[in-house]
Amino acid sequence: MRRFGWFNATSLTLGLAFLYLPVVILVIYSFNASKLVTVWAGFSTKWYGELFRNEAFLDAAWVTLKVAFLSSTLATALGTMAAHVLVRAGRFPGRTLFSGVIYAPLVMPEVITGLSLLLLFIGIGLDRGVLTIVLAHTTFSMCYVSVVVSSRLVTFDRSLEEAALDLGCTPFDAFRLVTLPIIAPAVVSGWLLAFTLSLDDLVIASFTSGPSATTLPIKIFSSVRLGVSPEINALSTILIAIVSIGVIAASLASKRSAIRGQRDRRSAVRVP
Amino acid sequence: MSEPARFAPWEDPDAKPLIRFRGVTKRFGTFTAIDGIDLDIFESEFFALLGPSGCGKTTLMRILAGFEDPTEGSILLDGNDLAGAPPNKRSTNMMFQSYALFPHLSVFDNIAFGLRRDRLPAGEVRARTEEMMALVKLQDLTDRRPHQISGGQRQRVALARALAKAPRLLLLDEPLGALDKKLRRETQFELMDIQERTGTTFVIVTHDQEEAMTVATRVAVMDHGRIAQVADPTGIYEAPNSTYVADFIGDVNIMKGRATPADGTVSIEWAEGQPALRCATELRLEKGVTAFIAIRPEKVSISSRRPGNSPNAVAGRVLDIAYLGNVSTYHVEIAGGQVIKAQTANTDRVARQEFTWEENVWLYWSETAGIVLER
Repeated sequence: MRRFGWFNATSLTLGLAFLYLPVVILVIYSFNASKLVTVWAGFSTKWYGELFRNEAFLDAAWVTLKVAFLSSTLATALGTMAAHVLVRAGRFPGRTLFSGVIYAPLVMPEVITGLSLLLLFIGIGLDRGVLTIVLAHTTFSMCYVSVVVSSRLVTFDRSLEEAALDLGCTPFDAFRLVTLPIIAPAVVSGWLLAFTLSLDDLVIASFTSGPSATTLPIKIFSSVRLGVSPEINALSTILIAIVSIGVIAASLASKRSAIRGQRDRRSAVRVP
Repeated sequence: MSEPARFAPWEDPDAKPLIRFRGVTKRFGTFTAIDGIDLDIFESEFFALLGPSGCGKTTLMRILAGFEDPTEGSILLDGNDLAGAPPNKRSTNMMFQSYALFPHLSVFDNIAFGLRRDRLPAGEVRARTEEMMALVKLQDLTDRRPHQISGGQRQRVALARALAKAPRLLLLDEPLGALDKKLRRETQFELMDIQERTGTTFVIVTHDQEEAMTVATRVAVMDHGRIAQVADPTGIYEAPNSTYVADFIGDVNIMKGRATPADGTVSIEWAEGQPALRCATELRLEKGVTAFIAIRPEKVSISSRRPGNSPNAVAGRVLDIAYLGNVSTYHVEIAGGQVIKAQTANTDRVARQEFTWEENVWLYWSETAGIVLER
């Protein structure tokens, strides 16, 4: 085993500090008793209490989670399909155009994406609300999913799919039973990426949200303009907790399903 | 030719082929991979498609499996046209060169995969899978994943998986290519044994002529999308129909010259001032046409003195000696600078290496040692 030298230890500490120090400070100040954000006045959970009495924040949080869940799921389905077509279908008329169109939102300024979506929704007379934010977020996060999944599919041995077809699978079954389980980690990380992007988005959401639905970033941004309140810290801490729990749960679940799968197979063979 | 023990349905005009190719052509853009192939393959055959890379043998196999559609022509399986039938609707199964084992499934689940697609009852799936695992001697590896077993074991899983559905036709794409030479030899015999026991028709694609000769009932030598010759291994080796086939299979000396036909033989004038070579043939050649004699090195004898009554004797000088243990090959330069290979079996442990470099020797062979070819 290699020695964990002082250089590695320092790098690790600095790296982690760089990434997480601001977050840690935010979490600590969320338990501050003082109303002034930068002055420590003892431990308290009162801002959490305040927060849970603040209907507007709770509504925004709920809308954000709903939007993130729906849009990342939709984006994962569409992005995976697009990646599969791009990598698998070989050459077809308009392939280059298709891939360009899919990846364009990656480099498109968010303001333009937001504005164009706004114009579209107004044009087709769609009332702005949860649905429009979900559609907007799906549009821009789908290309990220597609990039993640297609980079996995490029290295995927095509003969595995052919073997599945040869053994009696329909093309859909071959995808479901062979391709998808093998590329699942890429699909899951695509979903997580889309989820995070959606949680985080301020610009596109502010174009496509309406009076009936405001997301948390919009809410936070607009209230911070009136001054940072300790409530915001509490809210951010909760968000961090939710995201962390989600990520840990996802990784535990995938590990457990792998173990269970192995056990199932073993018993399937041994039991007479 | 009618010994009951001999398996040669291709010689029986009434035999119905399992697979019939009729004018099958496959083009990719302007490139013709398969060029008008007509071929019959019979039930229980072990048929080898042999050729250098790029000769179309893999394309031909992929057409059989249904991964490619022929541009022209048709393929009949049991008399039914396969056109338009997708891979999952064909009673053919394929063993892939890369094995293509599903990495997320155990050995058992890999082999059972095809059976489960047929929605067989679980008990039947288990029984058949276990039978297959016993056939390829893998009973102890049930729960292992493909990455936890050796290359030779993976090869067996791939074979068992392809055989599990009892296909009418099993396609093997370079099945032994990834194995080392010794394991490949052993596996060749196992493959033949399994083919015999299951009675399944095998079509194997290989670029290894030794492998094709060992396992196959018949070999098709391919060249640029066409079939150069189809024959049993002896026929391919001893009676090639062209210098291409003669040269592709094993070692051969090819001498070019002008033909003078006589009764049942041909004399070939191959160099100025040298006596013509005589060779038995059934070909009817015009006088003066260009012809070739192909002679295998093991049929050329070497001597330090001029042989007395041999119909073909050529003087030369030893250039190189390749000692391979069981045989020695002498590279002998003859008139005109051509190098002829002569092989002697080292049948005695002590008495060998009679000749040495730069030594003047005589090469000689009988009238029936070589074969006369027109191209």
